[in-house]
Amino acid sequence: MSFNAPRILPAMTVLTLTAGLALVFFFAPNDADQGFIQKIFYLHVPIAICALVGFIVAAVQAIMHLRTGESSWDVRSYVSIHISVILGVAVLITGSIWARASWGKWFVWDEPTLVSFLIVFLLYCTYYPLRYAIEDRERQARYASVFAVTAGAFVPLNFIAVRLAETLVHPRVFATAEGGLTPKMTVTFLVCLAGMALLWLTLARFELAAKSTRARLGRLRRALEGDEVAVGASRIAPVPRQAEEAG
Amino acid sequence: MESAVESSAALPAQGASAPAIALERLRRDYGERPVLRDVSIELPAGETLAVLGPNGAGKTTLLRILATLLRPTAGAVSVLGAPLPRYALRARGRIGYLGHQPLLYRELTVRENLWFNARLHAVEREPTRIEELLARAGLARRGDELVRNLSAGMLQRAAICRTLLHEPELLLLDEPRSHLDAAASAVVDELLGPAPGRSRVIVTHEPEAALADADRVLLLRADGGVIHAGAASELSAGDVRAVYTGTVR
Amino acid sequence: MSAFRAVLAKDLRTELRTLESVPAMALFAATTFVLFRFGLDRTTLEGALAAGVLLATVLFAAILAINRVFVAEREQGGFDVIRLSPVDGASLYAAKVCVLAIYLGALELIAVPVFAVLFSVEAGGLPALAAMLLLANIGLAAVGALVSSIAVNSRARDLIAPLLLLPLLVPVMIAAAGAAEPLLAAGGPSYADFGQWMGILALYDLVFIAVGYAVYDFLLED
Repeated sequence: MSFNAPRILPAMTVLTLTAGLALVFFFAPNDADQGFIQKIFYLHVPIAICALVGFIVAAVQAIMHLRTGESSWDVRSYVSIHISVILGVAVLITGSIWARASWGKWFVWDEPTLVSFLIVFLLYCTYYPLRYAIEDRERQARYASVFAVTAGAFVPLNFIAVRLAETLVHPRVFATAEGGLTPKMTVTFLVCLAGMALLWLTLARFELAAKSTRARLGRLRRALEGDEVAVGASRIAPVPRQAEEAG
Repeated sequence: MESAVESSAALPAQGASAPAIALERLRRDYGERPVLRDVSIELPAGETLAVLGPNGAGKTTLLRILATLLRPTAGAVSVLGAPLPRYALRARGRIGYLGHQPLLYRELTVRENLWFNARLHAVEREPTRIEELLARAGLARRGDELVRNLSAGMLQRAAICRTLLHEPELLLLDEPRSHLDAAASAVVDELLGPAPGRSRVIVTHEPEAALADADRVLLLRADGGVIHAGAASELSAGDVRAVYTGTVR
Repeated sequence: MSAFRAVLAKDLRTELRTLESVPAMALFAATTFVLFRFGLDRTTLEGALAAGVLLATVLFAAILAINRVFVAEREQGGFDVIRLSPVDGASLYAAKVCVLAIYLGALELIAVPVFAVLFSVEAGGLPALAAMLLLANIGLAAVGALVSSIAVNSRARDLIAPLLLLPLLVPVMIAAAGAAEPLLAAGGPSYADFGQWMGILALYDLVFIAVGYAVYDFLLED
C-alpha cells in the first residue's frame, strides 16, 4: 500500500484559495458593526469546519482500521488527526485575533463554538502521548483507533453541551455575524470553505505520500543491508519510536 | 457475541478427527524482530507435543499464540479445528492454559478464584468439580486461604486446578513443574498426565523427561527457527542438549 | 450474563475485603473540601460556586477509582483470565462500568452530606441533586472504564488515564454543573432547566456506553 503525491490537487487548492482571498478583500462587504476585522470570519470558520470534519473522517477511518486490521487505514486516521490538529491551532489563533479585535480580550468564554473547539483540541492533543505510551505497534494502532472513534463520538456531544450551557446563560454573541449573511457574504464564505477543504485534502495527501516514501526507503535500506524485513501490510509507522519523522 | 455454551460446540464437519493443533509457516514478530519463524507442525488429537529450545527461542510466545492470547504475524494457526484468530472464541472454552503467572486474584481465596473461573467457563456441577480438583491437588484444606498467602508450590497447584477446571481438550503447559518439590511434582504429573481425549503441548526445560513423555517434539533455535518438528523418537537427548549448549545452531 | 455477574461479584468482594478504593475516595473528597474552604476563603457556598466545588471534587475522586479499576487484572498478568475464557469483552466492560458507578455512588453517599454540612449548603435541592449524580455517575463510569482499559496497557498509565479522561468528561461537568447550580441556589432550589440537563447527561451516557460496547473487544486483543 503506497500513497502517491498529489498533482492536480495542489494546483486546485492554490487557485481556490486565491479566488477566495480575492473575494474576501474585494467582493465581500465590510461588516457594519465590526468593520474590516470581521473578515477574519471567512478564514476562521472554514478552517474550523474543516478541522471538525477532519476529526469525524479520522473516526471513520479508525472504524475501517478496526474492522479490516489493515495498517493503511491507521495511517490515514493518524494523518487526518494530525492535519486537523494543525488546522485547530490556526482556528484558535484566528479566533483569538477576532476576539481581541471585537471585545479586547484574547479569549472569550461567551462564544460556545470557540470554547467547544478548545476542548476538542485539547482532547485530540492527547492522541500523541497516547501513541507514544504504547510500544507494541499493532496495539498502538488499535488503541489509537479506539481513541479516534471515541473522540469522534465526543465532538458532536461536546458542541451540544457547550452550546446549551452558553445559551442558557449568555445570548449568542456571533449570531449577528452569521445570522444575517447576505448573498455576497455567502458566496465568499462558500469559496473559502471549498478552498480550506482542498487545503486539508492536499496537506493530508502530501503527508501520506511522505510517509509512504520514507517507509519504502526504509524497506529498501533494510533489504540492502540484509536485515529481516517485516512482511505483511506496509509498516508505515505513524508514530515511530525512533526519530524517523519530525512530527 | 457468542455465549459460552455456543462456543464450546465443535465447528461443523470437524469433530474428533481434527488435529489438536496445526501450524503452517507460523511467524510472529515483536516490533521489527521475528521471534518465531516458519514454524510448521501438526499434532494429532490425543497426543503430546514437547516444545524445547534455549531461552528466547519463542516457546512461551508459541504457547500464547496457541492459547489465542497472541495473534500470528503471518502463517496459519488452527487449534482444535478452529482457525485463529477468527474462531478464537470457539477454541477458548476447550483450552487449558498454564503460563508463567498463576492467573489467580490475590485478594480472593483459592475456592473463590475457582468459582470465578467456573462461572466464566460455564462449568457444570461446579461445586463438585471444584472440591474434586482441590482434593486431587492436595489443596482441600487450603481452599479458603487467600491466594496472597500461598507458597509458590501451592500457588502452582492452585493454578493447575484453574487450568483443569473446565475439562479442556487441549492443555498448554509452560513449565508445569516449576516451583514444585518432588512430592508435589508427582501429584501434578498425575493431574496433568496424558488422558483419553486430551492433547497436550508442554514447554519444558527438562529434555530427558520431555522426550520420554512426548509423542512429538518441536525443537526451536535461539533465533526462533525450527530445528526439528516431528516424532519424538527421531531425536535423542544428546541432540537436544546440543541445541541448549549452542553447539548446534 | 454469568460472566458479568462473576466479574461484578469478584470486584465488589475484593473491595469489601480490602477497602482500597471507596474509603480513599471519601477521605480525598473531605480533604479537598477543606482545601477549597481555604482556597476560596469561604465558609458557606451556594449556587454556581457550590456546584463547582462539589463536582470538581467528585471528578477528581473518580479519577482515583478509575486509575485503580483494572489494577487487579493488571497484577495477575493482563486480562489473560478473561481472554482465556469464551466470554466477550462486553461482559467485562459492563461489569467494570457497574463497579465504577457503585463506587461513585458510595462516595457521593458520604461526600454530599459532608459537603452540605461543611458549607451550610441549602438542602432543599439535594434529592434532585442525587438523581442527577446517578446519571452523571454512569457517564463517568462508562468513559472511565474505557479510558482505564486503554491506559492499563501503556507506559505512564497513571498519567495517560487522567490526560484522556478530563477533556472527555467536560460535557458531563457542564451538564452536571448546569443542573446543580440552580438546585443549590441560596434562595431555594429551582428546577427550571433540570430536565434539559438531565437529557444531556442521558444522551452522553447512551453514546459512550454504545461506544464502549462497540470497541471493547478491540481493546482486549493482544
